[in-house]
Amino acid sequence: MFGYYLRLASRSFRHNPGITALMVLAIALGIAVCVMTLTVYHAMSGNPIWWKNDRLYAVTMDNWDPNHPLNPKSDLPPPEMTYKDTQFLFASNIPERKVVMYSTEGVVSGVGSEPAAQIGTRVTTADFFVMFEAPFLYGNGWSAGADRPPQPLIVLSRRENEKLFAGANSVGRTLRWNDHEFRVIGVLNDWFPRPRFYDLNGGSFALPDDAYIPYGWGSELQLLNKEENDCWRPEKLDTYQDFEASDCVWQQMWVELPDAASRERFQSLVDAYWAEQRKAGRFERPKNNRLTNVAGWLRDNEVVNNDNRVLVGLAFAFLALCLINTVGLLLAKFLNGAAVTGIRRALGASRQQIFAQLLIEVGLLSALGALLGLALAALGLAAVRHMYAAAHLGERGGYQELMHFDVVGVAWAVILAVAATLAAGLYPAWRIGRLSPAVYLKSQ
Amino acid sequence: MLEMHDVSKIYRTDLIETYALRRFSLQVSPGEFVAITGPSGSGKTTFLNVAGLLEEFDSGRYLLEEKDVRTLSDDERSRLRNERIGFIFQSFNLIPDLDVYDNVEVPLRYRRLSGADRRERIGSALELVGLASRAKHMPAQLSGGQQQRVAIARAIAGDPAFLLADEPTGNLDSLMSRQVMDLLEQINEMGTTILLVTHDPELARRAQRNVHLVDGQISDFRAYEPRAAVAGAMDAAGAARA
Repeated sequence: MFGYYLRLASRSFRHNPGITALMVLAIALGIAVCVMTLTVYHAMSGNPIWWKNDRLYAVTMDNWDPNHPLNPKSDLPPPEMTYKDTQFLFASNIPERKVVMYSTEGVVSGVGSEPAAQIGTRVTTADFFVMFEAPFLYGNGWSAGADRPPQPLIVLSRRENEKLFAGANSVGRTLRWNDHEFRVIGVLNDWFPRPRFYDLNGGSFALPDDAYIPYGWGSELQLLNKEENDCWRPEKLDTYQDFEASDCVWQQMWVELPDAASRERFQSLVDAYWAEQRKAGRFERPKNNRLTNVAGWLRDNEVVNNDNRVLVGLAFAFLALCLINTVGLLLAKFLNGAAVTGIRRALGASRQQIFAQLLIEVGLLSALGALLGLALAALGLAAVRHMYAAAHLGERGGYQELMHFDVVGVAWAVILAVAATLAAGLYPAWRIGRLSPAVYLKSQ
Repeated sequence: MLEMHDVSKIYRTDLIETYALRRFSLQVSPGEFVAITGPSGSGKTTFLNVAGLLEEFDSGRYLLEEKDVRTLSDDERSRLRNERIGFIFQSFNLIPDLDVYDNVEVPLRYRRLSGADRRERIGSALELVGLASRAKHMPAQLSGGQQQRVAIARAIAGDPAFLLADEPTGNLDSLMSRQVMDLLEQINEMGTTILLVTHDPELARRAQRNVHLVDGQISDFRAYEPRAAVAGAMDAAGAARA
């Protein structure tokens, strides 16, 4: 009977093209708005390295002003740490991998006729690339030995490599970074972790840096964090060494701990270090030493803000509105065809058969609505992408990259369309099936 | 066998109750041709709807082929309607966007017959009503008489035991009416029980029995002389009018 019902449904659509088009459009609009909002929400709230969620931990300690917390609304410690604290913890062998890092600016020059340009550069220890699974197009990262004393090695982003070397394999080529000669050791492939979980400073969806240099260059070239250098205590900060010795927070630390045991051991180490430092007069606030996994880190830093949640709510409310309209139109359509339903009932169709026939019609309608909704959502996302591309000419990544369909978004669309429209069609189909056939025949 | 005992059907509004059938009793034997007559509002159509399981009744007992229809589920009633009862309506009630073939096919679809079986039954039914060559026509392309013949083909394609006809000639001219009545007689002769609702006493006389209804109750039973004599009389009357 399924094929027969499908044929009846397509006949019914041809018989009532206006009302059918209106219903498909109503469903499609609701679906499109929902898919667009969910796609963005999913991308924004997604954990881009979920498979390592219980291995990667951001390390934080609360060394802030004992009288004034960093953030009065939460009990979170500062997201960055002091130089001296990171140095102590980095010396530990408990983590399988460990990264201390910050983002700075540097001027690149000395490549052909390319004019000197300032680029975002990450000063980081060697494990960064393996730990965060940054993919390489050419070459690779440096080894831990190159961190200190720092070797003149640099890893470029694909975008920077295209700019400087026209996309060619530049491994082994040299360039000048802040007037020091560096040798390219690797070029990253496209890599846009969304959100940029490992460093949320400068925007949760900021692009990754264009260059990466060994950590030791920070002290060597006296480089500061370009985004966050927060201090609370009046201190003598005349020299870079003063800054490194201060209670200012400006470096991020992540560790990879493969199991609960190593996590506990590292937590104990942090706590012991905290206790020792507290005895020495630091860490005057209550103990608040945290190892936060990626999901917790994104949550603590409110990567998905309330506006996004409200937007998702509004999108669903809009879908509900579209579906309520669809229910009305379906009722009108089914009642308009009630005489034919009556004839079918008189000729032996049971309520169940009428219900099935109408539900298949609704299902076909929902499939059409979903297809059109997907097309509209694709158009909408393309428009947003185009808008961002125009605003960030020549750039890749960032918000533009959010605006792509993903499998989850499409699956949502299909599930939403079918479930929502079927749910919307249940009442009209049930209601028509319940009426006595004689009532329809009288209306003929 | 169709048996109704003290069947009542009441239509209710907030203000009044109207008896469409009042303690109505009737027995129809297999193969009978019964005409139901009566003035407008006498309950003829209600009787046919109740008899055809299209409408519930309020009290009394109705046995159709020895089954108490009040005990049947919607599925069972639908199956009974589909397999044992054929309907013919005054306004034909063809489905406008299905062609002749597809219209006749509707009840067979619900019976889940195979494609070959459906084709054979539809072919025979259309052959019987003389419309085999119009299978691909849409209802709107047919005359009233042809549409009613399609409706008859649809009613008999499933080989029902009962044929319920509600004013089947009400929208037809006299020539078409005669053709339709001839067909019904032919079908009755093949063993199908026919219940015919009509205003027309002449048509009623072509049945074997006439049940006259007034206010939902039987006011008169009348058995007629053999059908051939009635048909002959009608032919003579027709010739005189011509």
